[in-house]
Amino acid sequence: MNRRAYHSAAIAAEIAVPLGILALWQWWTVQAADPKFPRLSTILVQFRELWLFSQFELHVVPSLTRIALGFGIAVVLGIVLGIPLGLSRWARIVAMPHIEWWRAMPPPALLPISIVLLHSIGNRQKVSFIAFFCLFPILLNTIDGVRGIDPATIETARSYGIRGLERIRRIVLPAALPQIFAGMRTSLSLAVIVMVLTEYFSSTSGVGYVLLISKNMFQLAPMWAAIVLIGLLGYLLNLLLVLVERRVLAWHRGWRAAAAQ
Amino acid sequence: MLGLEVVSAPGVASVGSVSGETRAVVGGFAARLAPALVMALSVAAFLVLWQLVVRAGLISEQDLPAMTTTFSELWSMMHTRSFWTAFGETVRGWALGLSIATLLAVPIGILLGSSQFALRSFRVPIEFLRPIPSAALIPLLFLTLGTTLKSEVFLATFGAFWPLLVQTIYGVRDVDPVALDTARSFGVGRFERLYRIKLPSAIPYIATGLRISSSVALILAFTAELFMGTGGLGQLMNVAESFGLTVQVYALALATGFLGLAIYVVFAALERRALRWHPSQRVEAT
Repeated sequence: MNRRAYHSAAIAAEIAVPLGILALWQWWTVQAADPKFPRLSTILVQFRELWLFSQFELHVVPSLTRIALGFGIAVVLGIVLGIPLGLSRWARIVAMPHIEWWRAMPPPALLPISIVLLHSIGNRQKVSFIAFFCLFPILLNTIDGVRGIDPATIETARSYGIRGLERIRRIVLPAALPQIFAGMRTSLSLAVIVMVLTEYFSSTSGVGYVLLISKNMFQLAPMWAAIVLIGLLGYLLNLLLVLVERRVLAWHRGWRAAAAQ
Repeated sequence: MLGLEVVSAPGVASVGSVSGETRAVVGGFAARLAPALVMALSVAAFLVLWQLVVRAGLISEQDLPAMTTTFSELWSMMHTRSFWTAFGETVRGWALGLSIATLLAVPIGILLGSSQFALRSFRVPIEFLRPIPSAALIPLLFLTLGTTLKSEVFLATFGAFWPLLVQTIYGVRDVDPVALDTARSFGVGRFERLYRIKLPSAIPYIATGLRISSSVALILAFTAELFMGTGGLGQLMNVAESFGLTVQVYALALATGFLGLAIYVVFAALERRALRWHPSQRVEAT
């Protein structure tokens, strides 16, 4: 009984605390009456007016397209490059200095260069920029995942005559997949940040552009609505990836649960 | 091949053990030297390629200055006072942001990690705030705190806070329950349990969080400088970019890259130290 009471209290707290924070926000903005901090209710009304769905196609769709393309390219390249690097020690030794250098480079430091080098402030620059910085977490995790495969598994595959691409498709890739997904999660949140940065620096459309323009024109409610939208996008994209991961790795979780018993 | 291995097997080597050991040492030396050499060659090859691509005119020198031009620009920059002032400002913003984030995230993480109830209460707000790209806060900071150090530090702190918080929570929750129960049955008090058992076992996780957060804090300190004009390397780059001084932009990117690499190397070494006893590190030790 006591345990059940505790559980219901925990569930109540899980619902009440977020609502309390929102209420506090509303109360504080009403009380402060500061134009820089519009009321939460004003922001939500603005949010509905802008993003559901009058400006959705104009600004949200381009941003999402850039993330999807950039992230997709990074996933493919990260896996395709990561598997041979994970399998060959010498390839790793040759590539590691370059990987370590670029992954340590702060993305905004390359923003002006990307525009000069690619002669573009359009999708070409934005997608390649997002893809470039999303590549490294996936690449490094793929390498780690491939390196971590139990040698006995590889030996068994070899003695059964499974080799070449077949071995990679059937054994190496599935074994490395949990770690590849860990890299993808890091990359996806990076993709949202980098997307905002590239659109904020130079662009003619996108969520980051709306953020910049409304700030420059002191339209504070739209600016806040854009901040809420970006937060929501980050949250939803992450959620989507977690759901995909759960589906794709269902065998893995099931296997682990069975092993634990 | 097989024969050689049989000859060098331990049983045969009563006389040859010394030479065998020397060979192992020499072999170890060569085995350690060769990768370093290949790495150096790989870096050199990249630099030469950069030079050749520009000199051969594959990419116009207006878009990509030659490697030698860029490095000599960086070299002459390093003889100016303004470069080092900016460098110091970037490091200051980074250090303040990371320190404040650590001072906040570690205690809060321990608190949330120690209480199931507290964790569940704040799970939704944390899950919601964590993926918010801190870059979205730039315009807000621009209007509230202005182009000051405060904006830069706030942004760096906000970004660095979340990875550290999550790592600390995981760390505290991963404490060996047997150790905790044993301590409890020996009458070790609540505070001492925290200090003697929970914190030490969370330290590897905190070290990993610090490694991630140290990079994030630098990214955001630089972002604040580039977009808001707070003093630092980012602001220098913004000025160079608006005057079309491409060589300077490249040299500043190099400088920022070296700073990022230095921070990464230091914090990865710290992490390895904190993880020395952990199984995941044993593979690398051999």
